[in-house]
Amino acid sequence: MSNWPAETKYIGHSTARIDAPAKLTGKARYASDIQAEGWLYGMILRSKWPAAKILSVNLDKARQIPGVKAAVVARDGSFTIRFYGEEIAAVAGTSKQVCLDALRAIEVQAEVRHEFVVNENEARKENAAQVWAGSPNVPATPHVRENGSVDTAFPECAAVIKGFYTTAVQIHHPMETHGNTVSWTDDGVTAWASTQGVSSVRDGLAGALQLDHSQVRVITEYMGGGFGSKLGAGVEGALAAKLSKAAKAPVRLMLTRFDQSLAVGNRPSSFQKIKMGATADGMLHAFEMENYGTAGIGAGGDSGGGSGSADIPAPYIYKVPNTRVKQSAVAVNAGASRAFRAPGNPPASFGMESAMDDLAVKLGMDPLELRLKNDPSPIRQREYKLGAEKFGWKEKYQKPGSSSGVVKTGIGCAGAAWPAGGASRNTQGEAQINPDGSIEFRLGVQDIGTGTKTVIAVVAAEMLGLKPEQITVRVGDTRFPPGPGSGGSTTCGSVSATVFDVCTNALQQLQTQSGLADARGENWFAACKKLGVNPLVVHGKWQPGLTADHACGVQFAEVEVDTETGLVTVKKILGVHDCGLIVNQVTLESQINGGIIMGMGYALYEERVMDDLSGVVLNPNFETYKLPGIADVPDIEIVLINMPERGVIGIGEPATVPTAGAIANAVANAIGVRVCSLPITPAKILAALGKVPPATA
Amino acid sequence: MKNSEPENLGAHSRRTFFKSLGTVAATAATAQVQSVAAELEKINTEKIVGPNAVPVTLRVNGEKLQLLLEPRVTLLDALRNYSSLTGAKEGCDRATCGACTVLLGDTPIYSCQKLAIESQGIEITTVEGLAKNEKLSKVQQAFLDKDALQCGYCTPGFVMSVTALLKKNPRPNADDVKHACAGNTCRCGTHPRILQAALRAAGVETASKTEVVDYV
Repeated sequence: MSNWPAETKYIGHSTARIDAPAKLTGKARYASDIQAEGWLYGMILRSKWPAAKILSVNLDKARQIPGVKAAVVARDGSFTIRFYGEEIAAVAGTSKQVCLDALRAIEVQAEVRHEFVVNENEARKENAAQVWAGSPNVPATPHVRENGSVDTAFPECAAVIKGFYTTAVQIHHPMETHGNTVSWTDDGVTAWASTQGVSSVRDGLAGALQLDHSQVRVITEYMGGGFGSKLGAGVEGALAAKLSKAAKAPVRLMLTRFDQSLAVGNRPSSFQKIKMGATADGMLHAFEMENYGTAGIGAGGDSGGGSGSADIPAPYIYKVPNTRVKQSAVAVNAGASRAFRAPGNPPASFGMESAMDDLAVKLGMDPLELRLKNDPSPIRQREYKLGAEKFGWKEKYQKPGSSSGVVKTGIGCAGAAWPAGGASRNTQGEAQINPDGSIEFRLGVQDIGTGTKTVIAVVAAEMLGLKPEQITVRVGDTRFPPGPGSGGSTTCGSVSATVFDVCTNALQQLQTQSGLADARGENWFAACKKLGVNPLVVHGKWQPGLTADHACGVQFAEVEVDTETGLVTVKKILGVHDCGLIVNQVTLESQINGGIIMGMGYALYEERVMDDLSGVVLNPNFETYKLPGIADVPDIEIVLINMPERGVIGIGEPATVPTAGAIANAVANAIGVRVCSLPITPAKILAALGKVPPATA
Repeated sequence: MKNSEPENLGAHSRRTFFKSLGTVAATAATAQVQSVAAELEKINTEKIVGPNAVPVTLRVNGEKLQLLLEPRVTLLDALRNYSSLTGAKEGCDRATCGACTVLLGDTPIYSCQKLAIESQGIEITTVEGLAKNEKLSKVQQAFLDKDALQCGYCTPGFVMSVTALLKKNPRPNADDVKHACAGNTCRCGTHPRILQAALRAAGVETASKTEVVDYV
């Protein structure tokens, strides 16, 4: 049992997002809205070549343009460019227009290299151009994990399937691009950053600028989304700081949407060759996978800010007695990958869940039945059964391809696991309780749109017997007690347990100082008044017994496929999810909606397209990098499994994991053939139906 | 302000375009020639401004905003970078995301695609202009009630698109809302809630489809 109160007034109910009024009226100031006194506009000059040696960068003419206040190079001396869009120089000026003029005036002398490779399959060939000189694009030995003996197990199987399941590089594309407003004065550096990690940006900037951590302050009151890509200071952060120092003025340097597509992260691709077998009764018996994917320049010689890995968990959520998994990351001349909402999991779910449905077809089984036989998680078992009933699985399920007519319908399902989602045990926080009864919480975390501030207010109100609107919440400042970066779905657990502790300590101290037995609720103001003139500042930190990890989740999808146009329409998604104790239901539901819609983009629309011959990104914008819009969004239903006994678990990541697999399976169920490659475009549907020739990769 | 032809306008000025068009058009249909000639005459009498900053007066949220702007400055830039009205956001700067949506009169426009200098003389409404006396507008309140926002960066654009829709059509259905918001992008995936909020602002309640089930 967790230590949370059993009877609650706010926890487990719905409190409106406390910063909604600020966001709805335009009062909320994001990093890109900061107008520091005398601020300048900043912009970055990026490489138009995918591979080059920069010999010299002459900034003189740029500096002479009226209004230009500073120009700096990205790196001193001669340096190597490894991808289209890599930073070369940056300028600061009195307007965007002045900066645009200045970028055009920068003279770059470069030795353009024609040896580059942007295609994973080309990069793996022996004679491929090397992204990192002297280092192979693919490591000589892949990562291998082996259990049991697949070689003896496959002949024992009654049914064996082979498939090649591939996923595209996905770009985060938060609505607010990466960037900062940075002010570098004699007192140090202040950065208003659009980030998911004020502490990691502080440390990163201090490192890049060779300053003490104490000389750098990072502030993120509001930020416009990150999804994993905004955890570091970034080249753009360091450049903004250098421009500010040179210009002796604050510099706001936000990336353009074009920049955003090239240089600040993506989800690695995957090419999963899967062989899987089961016994006649449908028990998984053998699993073999060879997978590779690209992490851009993050693979190969240097991590380049990314994880450098393209490995995925396999055989994902299932236990198979005999497995062999070989994986490797391929370096190509493209921007490095970064953590992206449930790193590794959506491609793993898509590959494995596609293979499960293919195996079900071979076994002549209902795919849901095959899952119930093999899924080791009792929570997911419950979720599948609940979901199937609500979704009407039995009534709706038809054998693949048996839907009649031109527009065919199909259904599919898939499961998720998120091993993290717990909490950072180092999270700290404080509250200042004033004699007038007002109270302010300060935590060095950030609200990336998940509702972190509201969660803090809800937990505090519950613990103190107050109303959420009585709680002032401040986050996003490195001067506050340190908290984790918003990653791994850990923020909700981290702040909930920390605020619990702050409140426990506050009540104890108020009792001591006021002499009142219980300072909560109606006694609150009387107790605070007894503080006299000095406010009470109480600290707290994460405590055990309040948080857990390992969320599950399953989703069901219903689609329509037009066999003449190849268009897939998602009609309905049912998400059945658990995240321990529900803290604030309304913001929790919003995160699940968001995960599903992002998963739908991954399934049907999103793909970074690169040109093999020129090495450029062909769709660095929203016209050609397609995101789901309001008209694409299906009917979404949510079932929440409330498990207060587990404590708080984050939901941001598990919610996006199974969507693509469920949609892909529904499409295969509708048309009777599988599109093995994400995104499932109309062209791929028509090719799978034999109506057009397949595209050559 | 100099009234002479700027030196550095290059080959793409509207004036030179129409001049060259004028000579070609001499052989075209009479009606076209006449309309081109009329346009040319109008342009020749217009005062040429720029490329340096010129005074621009905007009427935003009922107040006069007097700015000194290069003619190439967009309305979005003028609001965000030359005044303190940062409610309209820049998500793409090329008319694809809608985060910069403001009302020009009653019409929702991408303010990144409209020059500030061309936006003079018409009432402009930004998201800052909706709440009256600290009271949220009906649309804003519905967005709050339905949690139709997450990171909030696209939110001002959606709020303006829905506001414009309700001005034109106070009783929209779901398809009307989807059509009105088709030019707005949200990456957090808030769309179902935006749809519910827009309908709520129009007086139509949608039931929650969420079910909470105890595990034990």
